[in-house]
Amino acid sequence: MDSTPKTKPVVAGCADRESSSALPDRRTFLQGAAAVLGMLAVSSCSWEEFSQQHFTRMTKAELDRTTERLRAEYREKWGKEFTIGTEGPIDHTMFGYGLDIQRCIGCRRCVYACVNENNQSRDPQIQYIRVLRFPNGTMNLEQSELYYAPEEVPQEGYYYMPVQCQHCVNAPCTKVCPVRATWTEPDGIVVVDYNWCIGCRYCMAACPYQGRWFNFAQPVIPADQITTDTHYLGNRPRMRNVVEKCTFCIQRVRKGRYPACVEICPVGARKFGNLLDPDSEISRLIKTKRVFRLKEELNTQPKFYYFFAT
Amino acid sequence: MDHPGFIRGAIRRLLIGPPIYYIWIGALLLLIFFGIRAYIGQLQAGLVVTGMTSYVSWGLYIGNFTFLVGVAAAAVLLIIPAYLYDFGPIKDIVIVGEALAVSALLMCLMFVTADLGRPDRVWHLIPGVGILNLPVSLLGWDIVVLNGYLFLNLFIPGYILVKAYYDKPVNYHFLLPFILLSIPWAVSIHTVTAFIYNGLVARPFWNASILAPRFLASAFCSGPALIILLFQIVRYYSRFEVKDAALFKIAEMIVVAMAINLFLLGAEFFKEIYSNTHHLSPLEYLYVGLHGKDRLVPWIWTALAFNITAFIIFLIPYTRKNFITLNIGCVLIIIGIWIEKGMGLIIPGFIPSPLGQVWEYAPSSTEIFVSLGIWGIGLLILTVLLKIIIPIELGELTVAGAEHGATAHRSHA
Repeated sequence: MDSTPKTKPVVAGCADRESSSALPDRRTFLQGAAAVLGMLAVSSCSWEEFSQQHFTRMTKAELDRTTERLRAEYREKWGKEFTIGTEGPIDHTMFGYGLDIQRCIGCRRCVYACVNENNQSRDPQIQYIRVLRFPNGTMNLEQSELYYAPEEVPQEGYYYMPVQCQHCVNAPCTKVCPVRATWTEPDGIVVVDYNWCIGCRYCMAACPYQGRWFNFAQPVIPADQITTDTHYLGNRPRMRNVVEKCTFCIQRVRKGRYPACVEICPVGARKFGNLLDPDSEISRLIKTKRVFRLKEELNTQPKFYYFFAT
Repeated sequence: MDHPGFIRGAIRRLLIGPPIYYIWIGALLLLIFFGIRAYIGQLQAGLVVTGMTSYVSWGLYIGNFTFLVGVAAAAVLLIIPAYLYDFGPIKDIVIVGEALAVSALLMCLMFVTADLGRPDRVWHLIPGVGILNLPVSLLGWDIVVLNGYLFLNLFIPGYILVKAYYDKPVNYHFLLPFILLSIPWAVSIHTVTAFIYNGLVARPFWNASILAPRFLASAFCSGPALIILLFQIVRYYSRFEVKDAALFKIAEMIVVAMAINLFLLGAEFFKEIYSNTHHLSPLEYLYVGLHGKDRLVPWIWTALAFNITAFIIFLIPYTRKNFITLNIGCVLIIIGIWIEKGMGLIIPGFIPSPLGQVWEYAPSSTEIFVSLGIWGIGLLILTVLLKIIIPIELGELTVAGAEHGATAHRSHA
């Protein structure tokens, strides 16, 4: 009846600790009640995690303690050493994105490069980038196809439009959050503090671009596929029942690298740069090419520009 | 203060009742048991055990929440005439309406908690230790107004009952500001709840200014309909007097509210169908189905048929004043509005998705059991409140009676 993917249950309490031991076949009420009490007394799992403050409220020392704790958790789970960066925004930087709709061939390499780089759950699957296939002659979203699967792309008679978080200037998602667990950084990146999100999913209802995803179950990522170079507000592993989204690969771009989707694109359809620098590639293409933004009529003012290079 | 006496008296009250009372309590406890069991499963596995997805990210829980905010708001319908215009028959019974409001509000809070992915982090909402994102988050505002309303609905009847228990006169000069405040406050809880959805540009089905007025109109149908049924039960099982005139008065208010509700629905239909833009799609999904997906269609037509039938029943004085047809009308309205303001409002907001996909939703068994469990807890709270309130109101449970270690009267079946 319902289409929800089913996954193996994990034991309640602390989010990141997955238990492989199977649950008893018949749970008595008392055992259940004990589980509820255990859930309420999260302290038994990790008081530090339970009482952890909002990212922007933590002092340097608190942040160091937190990242150290998270690294230990990840080490235990994946048997690898992680780096969890907390680099702040670079001065005089406002990141913007350009996508050449004429060049995109709909190959979805960006989708999978993003999944790998950003440690998205493989089961159930989460993918920040959706590639829409439109029949030529329309941009009616209801006529777009998300699950196209031909032998070869591009197909005659179609064009492709990848959509991900548009990092809006007037972001509808950040203002609805009841606990300010998501906000826009000074360099224009819309981020989520996964440890502060209460999982109400109001931001998902608010986003006109479906740029947000919810971990309905404990994310599953095989150890050989995990990316260990992470940022606190970016691709560090998430826990179940919190929201996540594209961060322009915050862990890369704040160190002067390109987002993974830009790097992988085989036709160079993806551009990225500093909107405040008049000589950057992104600034120049906005000035010289025909550009548009998705659902401009909603006044969300995306920093994600679609353009026609020729 | 004589707390032990009061508690003894109250517990004695709770333990005594006709056989059907024990069956009722037993049935509720059973619902609660299965509900808690299902909720534990949800806590362990995550929200993956619900029917919700990244496409339809709210479902049965938020639907029930929305319906119940309306029920809670409807207590204002009783407060206005009861306190301000001193309309005789209703005045005696307004406290029962407030007990319903309290139960409904507690159910609301339970439904949003059940919907939360991380209930262990609710402390993040507490200003100071956490962050309550005011003034921009409507969900933040909703938490403020719902809790404020809960306080008012506990405080006002609580004050009156304590005075009645100690057999002392009520100081209405002290109480009046709170009563006056509770009237706009009741309007505000449902308005703010409507604004939660209303403010989202991503969802054209909700992003229409007709939403808040429709919320209020439909709330003033379902809440009073519940109250009419409740009063008949109360007066049947106790010496509590509820005059027929009071019930018919409430029914008259429902007629007006339902007329407005149906009119606004018509206005919505006209705008969407005549202008025939992409914004028509959610309405199409709801009433006729979209791209062959039509799971909600039978539900919404049932709701429409029930609401119109009930409207006609309540409109004709003869059927409005006949208890058989009156009660049929009340049941039809409650079911009709529950569909319309529950799933009929929440689900089409997500269909089609902002990028055009039609991805349907159906509640899972976990969601159904948890929801039934929450209704069970709410009705249990209501039963307990009424079992204690009514004897106090009737003067059967007083400090004098408690001192003698016995209650003054035995309620008759």
